[in-house]
Amino acid sequence: MATHQYLGGQPDEALDRVDGRQKVTGAAKYSVDDILPGLTYAVLVESTIAKGHIKKIDTKKAQSAPGVLAIIYHGNAPAIPGYETGGNPAKPPTGGEPFRVFQNTQIYFAGQPIAIVIADTYERAIYAATLVETEYNKDDQRTDIEGNKDKAVVPKGPRYADYIRGEADAYKNSVIKIEAEYIIPVEVHNPMELHATTAFWDGEDKVTVFDKTQGVKSTQRSIMDAFKLKEQNVQVNTDFVGGGFGSGLRTWPHVIAAVLAAKKINKPVKLVLTRPQMFTMVGYRPYSWQKISLGATRDGVLTGLTHEAISETSTYEEFTDRTVDISKVMYACPNVNTRYKIVALDKSTPTWMRGPGEATGAYALECAIDELSYAVNLDPLELRIRNHADVDPVRNLPWSSKYLKECYQKGAEAIGWNKRNPKPNSMQEGEWQLGYGMGAGNFNANRGRATVKATLLADGSLVLQSAVSDSGPGTATTMTSIASNVFGLSPGKITFELGDSSLPPGPTQGGSTTTSTLGSAVHDVCVALQQKMAELVTIQGSLLQGAKPENLHFEKGYITLKTDASKKVAYADVVKQTGSSQLEVTKDSQAGDERNKYSIYSFAVHFVQVQVHRLTGVVRIKKVVTVADAGKIINEKTAASQLMGGVVSGIGMALMEDAVMDHRFGRYVNNNLADYHVPVSADVPDIKALFIDKPDPFINPIGSKGLGEIANVGFAAAVANAVYHATGKRIRTLPITPDKLLR
Amino acid sequence: MINFDYVRVSTIKAAVDAIVKDNNSLWLAGGTNLVDLMKKGVMTPQKLVDINNLPLKEIKKEGNKLIIGALALNSTVADNELVRKEQPLLALAVQAGASAQLRNMATVGGNMMQRTRCPYFYNTDMPCNKREPGTGCGALKGFNRMHAIFTDTEKCIAVHPSDMSVGLVALDATVLLSGPRGDRRIPFQNFHRLPGNLPQKDNTLERGELIVAVEIPENKLNKHVHYLKVRDRTSYAFALVSAAVAVDLEGSTIKDIRLALGGVAHKPWRLTEVENFLKGKAATEVNYKQAAALAIRGAKGFGLNNFKLKLAPNTLVEALKTATGKS
Ligand SMILES: Cc1cc2nc3c(=O)[nH]c(=O)nc-3n(C[C@H](O)[C@H](O)[C@H](O)COP(=O)(O)OP(=O)(O)OC[C@H]3O[C@@H](n4cnc5c(N)ncnc54)[C@H](O)[C@@H]3O)c2cc1C
Repeated sequence: MATHQYLGGQPDEALDRVDGRQKVTGAAKYSVDDILPGLTYAVLVESTIAKGHIKKIDTKKAQSAPGVLAIIYHGNAPAIPGYETGGNPAKPPTGGEPFRVFQNTQIYFAGQPIAIVIADTYERAIYAATLVETEYNKDDQRTDIEGNKDKAVVPKGPRYADYIRGEADAYKNSVIKIEAEYIIPVEVHNPMELHATTAFWDGEDKVTVFDKTQGVKSTQRSIMDAFKLKEQNVQVNTDFVGGGFGSGLRTWPHVIAAVLAAKKINKPVKLVLTRPQMFTMVGYRPYSWQKISLGATRDGVLTGLTHEAISETSTYEEFTDRTVDISKVMYACPNVNTRYKIVALDKSTPTWMRGPGEATGAYALECAIDELSYAVNLDPLELRIRNHADVDPVRNLPWSSKYLKECYQKGAEAIGWNKRNPKPNSMQEGEWQLGYGMGAGNFNANRGRATVKATLLADGSLVLQSAVSDSGPGTATTMTSIASNVFGLSPGKITFELGDSSLPPGPTQGGSTTTSTLGSAVHDVCVALQQKMAELVTIQGSLLQGAKPENLHFEKGYITLKTDASKKVAYADVVKQTGSSQLEVTKDSQAGDERNKYSIYSFAVHFVQVQVHRLTGVVRIKKVVTVADAGKIINEKTAASQLMGGVVSGIGMALMEDAVMDHRFGRYVNNNLADYHVPVSADVPDIKALFIDKPDPFINPIGSKGLGEIANVGFAAAVANAVYHATGKRIRTLPITPDKLLR
Repeated sequence: MINFDYVRVSTIKAAVDAIVKDNNSLWLAGGTNLVDLMKKGVMTPQKLVDINNLPLKEIKKEGNKLIIGALALNSTVADNELVRKEQPLLALAVQAGASAQLRNMATVGGNMMQRTRCPYFYNTDMPCNKREPGTGCGALKGFNRMHAIFTDTEKCIAVHPSDMSVGLVALDATVLLSGPRGDRRIPFQNFHRLPGNLPQKDNTLERGELIVAVEIPENKLNKHVHYLKVRDRTSYAFALVSAAVAVDLEGSTIKDIRLALGGVAHKPWRLTEVENFLKGKAATEVNYKQAAALAIRGAKGFGLNNFKLKLAPNTLVEALKTATGKS
């Protein structure tokens, strides 16, 4: 369990991170840091072919290598009871069956775990893993979406059926037409922290796991299902997460493998993935081909929008995301249709990666809108305003709140949009061509379910608990801010505990919902605690005896009368008055029916200024302004960090990230951090992260919408559009590397 | 892990003897390349001979030559005042390599000896004539975006990744060696080689020959220099193409000049013919463009690296312009 208490001085509006000191001093413990007595080390052996069957695995040599304790593979793997019942231990994203580790001889992808070697040291385990000899019956693999598009199918389920509003392919009959195809290659989350799992069993039916996961409860559930265990007998701990970006949203096969290995040798086992394994075992943003067709009047009013997308999945699971959904809701267009298909390839299953399908789709849509702006000779900002969706065009419902136009205005001012010469390739600075671009996006602002327990201690301090992971945004800090404001207590007296599956159930951290979901539960539990305290202080011989609860005021650790501040009772004294050492309230909190009446979305716009070198094709991002309408901003520091982090992933997406597979082998050729490029500090300019900061009146009691995902939705398009403005060249395949600009 | 022996030596003789005695041994300097290659199973020495205690860290002036010890750290070289004043091109080239942390470990000798970053070389399950002669070149019809445009064979199209070496080859450096048969000097230009029929051989060093120092003659090329490295991100990435330029200008006439390219061949690519073309000519963009066209003669793309046929000359022009202030 991670315990976070605010350690700063008297806070201003925005708290410093409650875990900041732990992080910068190295005191923060990540899953890989857990060293248990008697720990052993596991290493996965991977398939070197992408498709076929294992003919034979010979473990003799490996087994006799020094320090080897056990080797598990399909030939000797203990049964995983949850697998046999056709259960679904690892919870597939949409359809199919998750990969069942060590259960049969079939090879679905290169890099598939086919055996696990456990030894007394990590080094010995790695070495022994190289001695496992495997013979295959190899089949020809298909790993390239290009050339296999004809095999694309519409995923099962009504959500993926072709969408039509008004007339299909109406762009064809429009005066102005834009048709363009866009490609995003495979991107890999590559958080700095490798995925790691340490597991140990206490008897036959009780297991404890330290895991890098974005959801301690969901990982607990997966392990319960796989091994048929009771909830109280599966303990999952995740004190700190060194970045996830979506890779920690599922319980992957390696987690099950580690738990299985620990069971087999009945000792604690630690399994840490290698960097190359991070490319094949914990998901990735799928390669996507998209085509946007736009029709418009001469003055830029959209008359037709068609969005087609083909994306990839594995042969054993149907992974889907919302690639085309953004085109349904982003603009007011009477005729919209979408077609979404996936191709099953001999690769591992993709998963959500920051801003998932929305970021993928927004790249294509927002580039196409930019292309249209030139076709109709209109400022791209003005074009967007002209097509602004005043209501949700899909459900025909009002927005719960929408300040996108305000975002546009604020961002345009901050970047100096009016200094932009609308003509492409018109702004030179020596050999550097200057360009401005913008891209916008939205993201469904959800609220899930969470339970928070609040305990008021005899010294007047407050402890809040919920089983969530913090993958980086600063969840405990945000929750401390909320509790401080709602409960009326200085943040230094509040502690937030998380990362422990035995705490009251909290949500998985993903889809920009933690603040909305958990923050609302914190709000509700604080209010409930106040009600309980109100009952206590207004009875018996209390100073506030007889006061009506609604006349009480809670602030800075004291309850006072609204009408008479001199009558005050310290929170600590309320506890003492009960005669017990603490006062507890647990509250379950979830959304109401607001979603039936309103469409609830976050919105953002990104403006960038780039320089492109005429001779070398090097792109430098000089300025970024990102403005978000994410409802009420709880903590401007952590919120700004979210936007900046999203922008940095957007810079990677736009300019450098590309997991290259050699399809002759079905294997990645740049599966390391030297060759798979993510931005370094020198690639990241000053980022202005701005907010509208107006509470959404309907989404939840705190007025906050989501923020993490929109930070990366539309950003890559802003860069691509700026590059076009700078050079007159449309690069429709990401990333925009120098070679593409020199062609 | 694969067990290996580790010994530490403190004299050149002991270093050479240790390697000569044991065919499966290698010297360990900063370890930033060798240890990675061992982890990947690409190189599997049974013995590592740590040479970090050898007295080869010094950077000094002897007569009109600058002598840089083989164990001088990359960061030390880049920050050294003598180097910055007399051979600033070298400082720039070193600075452009790797990251601050790596430069703090990496040595001059190790940098020259670093192996190619070709992915097929690094992955022991894939074909590579350099790692395993006779298995074929994985890059030729594969992912060859980073690869050579000048080569004498299709058996290997890997490039030498060192930035420092591009600077050294331009500056007419000499490599000082000490081996079982005594000392030897090789012009830097002849140190690295083209793959030919022996793609497994990166250079002309013989077994047991230790790099002791590099020597750079004094020159008047320290006023107008530039090292331009074009890469996929601003730092911590290998060159797509790099250009080293040092010019001795008299008014606007090029009196003397040194030019080399990186990221284009199995060795740092000195452009002697282009230098001769520019000598005595005016420092103008027109001349630079002609020179760049000359520089690329005989180059050939293999698909994904075709862009280098344009990037290399462009990079050279831009580096020349920056060096001579003609931008
Ligand atoms: C992620 C990453 C990025 C990098 N980016 C760049 C870059 O952009 N540009 C660039 O130029 N380099 C780059 N490098 C490479 C780096 O410069 C080299 O790893 C480093 O220079 C090697 O020096 P070392 O002392 O660590 O050599 P070691 O790894 O110790 O040795 C390398 C080889 O040289 C041999 N050797 C060492 N010293 C001698 C000697 N005196 N005589 C004979 N043989 C010797 C060793 O036996 C070994 O075979 C990068 C490296 C990494 C890991």
